[in-house]
Amino acid sequence: MAKVPVQFSLNGSEKAEFVDSGATLLAVLRGKAGDTSPKGGCHQGTCGACSVLIDGELRLSCLTLAETCEGAEITTTAGLAEAGVLHPLQRAFMDGFAAQCGFCTPGMLMAAKALLDRTPNPTREDVVEAISGNVCRCTGYEPIIQAILAAARANSHNAA
Amino acid sequence: MPLTLQTFSTIADAGAALKASGTRYLGGGTLAVRAANEGDLSFSTLVRATDPALSAIAVEGARATIGAGVTMAAVAAHPGLAVIARAARAVGGPAVRNQATVGGNLFAASPYGDFTVALLALDATVHAGGGAIPVEEFLAGRDGFTGIVTAVSFAMPRDGGFRFLKVSRVKPKGVSVLSIAAVVEEDGDGRVTAARIGLGCMADRPIRAKAAEKALVGNRLTADGIAAALAVAGEGTVPPTDAVASAWYRAEVLPVHLKRLLLAR
Ligand SMILES: Cc1cc2nc3c(=O)[nH]c(=O)nc-3n(C[C@H](O)[C@H](O)[C@H](O)COP(=O)(O)OP(=O)(O)OC[C@H]3O[C@@H](n4cnc5c(N)ncnc54)[C@H](O)[C@@H]3O)c2cc1C
Ligand code: FES
Ligand code: FES
Repeated sequence: MAKVPVQFSLNGSEKAEFVDSGATLLAVLRGKAGDTSPKGGCHQGTCGACSVLIDGELRLSCLTLAETCEGAEITTTAGLAEAGVLHPLQRAFMDGFAAQCGFCTPGMLMAAKALLDRTPNPTREDVVEAISGNVCRCTGYEPIIQAILAAARANSHNAA
Repeated sequence: MPLTLQTFSTIADAGAALKASGTRYLGGGTLAVRAANEGDLSFSTLVRATDPALSAIAVEGARATIGAGVTMAAVAAHPGLAVIARAARAVGGPAVRNQATVGGNLFAASPYGDFTVALLALDATVHAGGGAIPVEEFLAGRDGFTGIVTAVSFAMPRDGGFRFLKVSRVKPKGVSVLSIAAVVEEDGDGRVTAARIGLGCMADRPIRAKAAEKALVGNRLTADGIAAALAVAGEGTVPPTDAVASAWYRAEVLPVHLKRLLLAR
């Protein structure tokens, strides 16, 4: 099968990969770039576990062809912690027991990051809307919603 | 079967590539890549065009033109399109909206196609291959369409002149039980002079509620005034039965939701 060169940045580091034409970004991140933080749940766009940020926008990596990401900046959950210090969202998820099996967590974190990057002080309604494309079969969503709101409060605290 | 992507900088070159068998155009890919992931063998090559014209939005005077590659998120965020933003926000969750295009929505089978329902009520024009046809006609013939839609355009409704509603079981996001869009014009006396109503999930693709539109003309938007329109709302519909709702249920609730939409002020 034809291999196609693709260059993109992944969590700030430059990547150059030869990918199968037509390969999804999810397959390339997990199988080539060694980043298994995005999860493949449904490959149908319905679970959100594969959510990543492409140029700052929340996207489904299972429905995105890797070739269309040439030159793009990709952010995944693997890039959230800095120098071993957890991102405020990760800390809030941990403190608030917002992860049980954890399968949905990377997608939830990216959806939450996409929200807080634009809306630092979201309402509960904003949070519910922001994670509306992400399915969680364990937590019943409430701890996740509370964790995102707590992370937003912690952020504005630090900024003040 | 392996999938191949071909990228062209012009619409003309992409259009030429689409003439080969086994090809399909790639918009945002929420349906096309999904189909490939699911093992759809009816295509092996996806073709896309990166012409910036495809992702342009122009609101000039009273007319709006939206490139076929514009995403639902971009429609919802555009200040000039605020009147119709809710129809774009009705499509999927945030990640889907960042990817789903206006062009792709024209091809979505029920229960999808919520934005196209709005385009029907707006009496939009579909632009393709240098030509332009009404969206209603385009939808009727879309199964045989092999070209590239470049844009849709329509007259902007006045503030508050666009009504839209989507009913879903999962809140806030969820697939449609049905969706309805309406543009209703009234004279100074409050009598309807013209009405266009688009229905989603009441057939295999979005359709107009012609009988209800006709029955509204000359009447007021009151419970009595719309009764005749509600009585014929289901005329010409062939609602699907799927995991979200049965055909019977969709037919039963259509007049209920149409009533709410028409009486909302
Ligand atoms: C989880 C999920 C939830 C969804 N929820 C909704 C919803 O609530 N409401 C809704 O309406 N839809 C929904 N959809 C369906 C879909 O996302 C939308 O209908 C979207 O607008 C399709 O656009 P696209 O650009 O992704 O299409 P693509 O997948 O790129 O294309 C779909 C079809 O249209 C053709 N096509 C696309 N653009 C053009 C063009 N310019 N010219 C010619 N042919 C073209 C393609 O060849 C293909 O056959 C959902 C999808 C998913 C995965
Ligand atoms: S794996 Fe992408 S949405 Fe489920
Ligand atoms: S924690 Fe198990 S799916 Fe969300």
